[in-house]
Amino acid sequence: MDVLVGQLFTGLSIGSILLLAALGLSLTFGQMGVINMAHGEFIMAGSYTAFVVQQVISSAGVSLFVSLLVGFLVGGVMGVILEVTLIRRMYHRPLDTLLVTFGVGLLLQQAARDIFGAPAVNVIAPSWLSGGVEIFGAVVPKTRLFILALAVVCVVALIASMKYTPMGRRIRAVVQNRDLAETVGISSRRTDITTFFLGSGLAGLAGVALTLIGSTSPTIGQSYLIDAFLVVVIGGLGRIEGAVLAAVALGLLNSFIEYSTTASIAKVIVFVLIVIFLQVRPQGLFAVKTRSLV
Amino acid sequence: MSVVRSRLATRAIAAPAALVAVGLVLSACGSRAGDEGSTAASGAASCVDTSGDTIKVGSLNSLSGTMAISEVTVRDSIALAVEEINADGGVLGKQIEIVSEDGASEPTVFAEKAEKLIGSDCVAAVFGGWTSSSRKAMLPVFEDRNALLYYPVQYEGLESSSNIFYTGATTNQQIVPALDYLKEQGVTSLYLVGSDYVFPQTANRIIKAYAEANGIEIKGEDYTPLGSTDFSTIVNKVRTADADAVFNTLNGDSNVAFFREYTNAGLNAKDMPVVSVSIAEEEVGGIGAQNIEGQLTAWNYYQTVDSPENTSFVEAYKAKYGANKPTSDPMEAAYTSVYLWKNTVEKAESFEVDDVIEAADGVTFDAPEGTVTIDGDNHHITKTARIGEIRGDGLIYTVWESDGAIEPDPYLESYDWASSLSGN
Repeated sequence: MDVLVGQLFTGLSIGSILLLAALGLSLTFGQMGVINMAHGEFIMAGSYTAFVVQQVISSAGVSLFVSLLVGFLVGGVMGVILEVTLIRRMYHRPLDTLLVTFGVGLLLQQAARDIFGAPAVNVIAPSWLSGGVEIFGAVVPKTRLFILALAVVCVVALIASMKYTPMGRRIRAVVQNRDLAETVGISSRRTDITTFFLGSGLAGLAGVALTLIGSTSPTIGQSYLIDAFLVVVIGGLGRIEGAVLAAVALGLLNSFIEYSTTASIAKVIVFVLIVIFLQVRPQGLFAVKTRSLV
Repeated sequence: MSVVRSRLATRAIAAPAALVAVGLVLSACGSRAGDEGSTAASGAASCVDTSGDTIKVGSLNSLSGTMAISEVTVRDSIALAVEEINADGGVLGKQIEIVSEDGASEPTVFAEKAEKLIGSDCVAAVFGGWTSSSRKAMLPVFEDRNALLYYPVQYEGLESSSNIFYTGATTNQQIVPALDYLKEQGVTSLYLVGSDYVFPQTANRIIKAYAEANGIEIKGEDYTPLGSTDFSTIVNKVRTADADAVFNTLNGDSNVAFFREYTNAGLNAKDMPVVSVSIAEEEVGGIGAQNIEGQLTAWNYYQTVDSPENTSFVEAYKAKYGANKPTSDPMEAAYTSVYLWKNTVEKAESFEVDDVIEAADGVTFDAPEGTVTIDGDNHHITKTARIGEIRGDGLIYTVWESDGAIEPDPYLESYDWASSLSGN
């Protein structure tokens, strides 16, 4: 029983981490179709933001919440800079975007190495998040509960803002039909920037949260990037609900297969399942209906 | 649309094609230069220039890529040893000049750069390498060219090339003493956690053979891909298995995630200690001392080792590279390797590779870890094994050490229980 509960929670927890890393991508890649390989480095920037903020604010609890906010802004601003300087110039050249953002990612990694040094730095988790809670005999680390809650909050906030705010309506309009949206007076340029700010900001936020469970090193973003892309592709481009479902499914699959086999085998099996799934449903779990002709 | 697309396609193809063309031209030039170098080298017995008042040595470490974290510190230690030796009058009256190359965390690059150092820089010896795959990639180069490599990192044993001197621990100087220590502490069951590559797999084979012979139960064995960041499942398995101790051969950043998960899941050093063989002073900082306090490590050297040689090594290192920089086992082994080369050359009174190899047996150096001696047969060195406890200040303190320096035995020939291992 405790093993089952433990693995169930582990699955949900892995899912929530994947989701946090992928939520931003579901905007920039899912909605805008930009393959941003530097997304992982925005996550890294968020992690280092948490480290820097902690040098200024010594109380780990306060610094965590300040970092979440600052991390979001840092990620968002970096995203906007990238959008305005590079990505904007190659919206119709996805392959070039991929290569250029990959290069930017490498630059950012090396920059982090030069500024903070190659070894991982330590971000101290607040004391009220240390240890675990016992649920049905399984011990659930509080840091993971916190990340789970954070992921839920982010998803709800994102879905609500896409559905009910003018900004969300504009973003959806541009995604569904860019030309038509422009004819009704929506500035698609400005909407692009907003979307990119939000998406990259969420990456920064994810980076802050990840410092609670993992290492803060220049390559942290790389370890989440591929999984994040998978979540978005499986969920269906442009659908946040899809990303949620895909992340939870991947997390649960991973945790149960890993428990009964090994971590390496679990990774292989999950990839095989994904390939099979995409053969059957190349558009992902949910497909967004657009009126564009392409 | 189709016109636009095809134009795009042409451009997309043209750009890489141009790059490839440039690359071909460059590599053609490169290989021509290399060919000249190699004919020159194989024509003469060695191209090492001993006529001037300097002698060149190579320092080959990953200065970029994932291994740069660790290997930069090794390069710094080599540079420190060279600086000290030069200040003290050099080797056979010659000042040492370092030619530094970047192995870029890629075994193939290590092999290429080794070739360059030997063939065109004509160095007398090369110091460096970290991962076993980089050493395996360089090994044929050093054997073909009959050159010298000093390899400063603990490794999985089962190797002894006459062109390599291994100044890090082999398994009977690190893993076997750690198991002896655990057994002495009354540990009767172990859980093995490691990264999925050659060192942990080999180490765990040795551990399992030892366990079988000594009545220790292996409750589980898990590997994660290198760079893995999620350990909740493995920690769940470890908890359920309820072993007396965990033997950890994880490498790199994975350790951070593992120990955070371990601590948060309520496991601690008192109930289930973790013995790690890849965590040194450098890594403790990244994991956070509070997450790993009380856990054990197995090495041959810690910054806290109490000896006059170590005090001066630590002082010199901090003076050169910064007071907050810790010294660790591989750094000490790299530092020691330069002195061992110097002492061997002075004993041989020659820089010739064959003379150095012949003179190597019995060469000693009073290293920070204690006096070490080269074994002329297997080219390893004697080392004192030390079990350390990680404390809140981020340093590691010796809690047990072997009775003097242990003779190297890379093939574990002197252990009965290991007879099944040498078959492979």
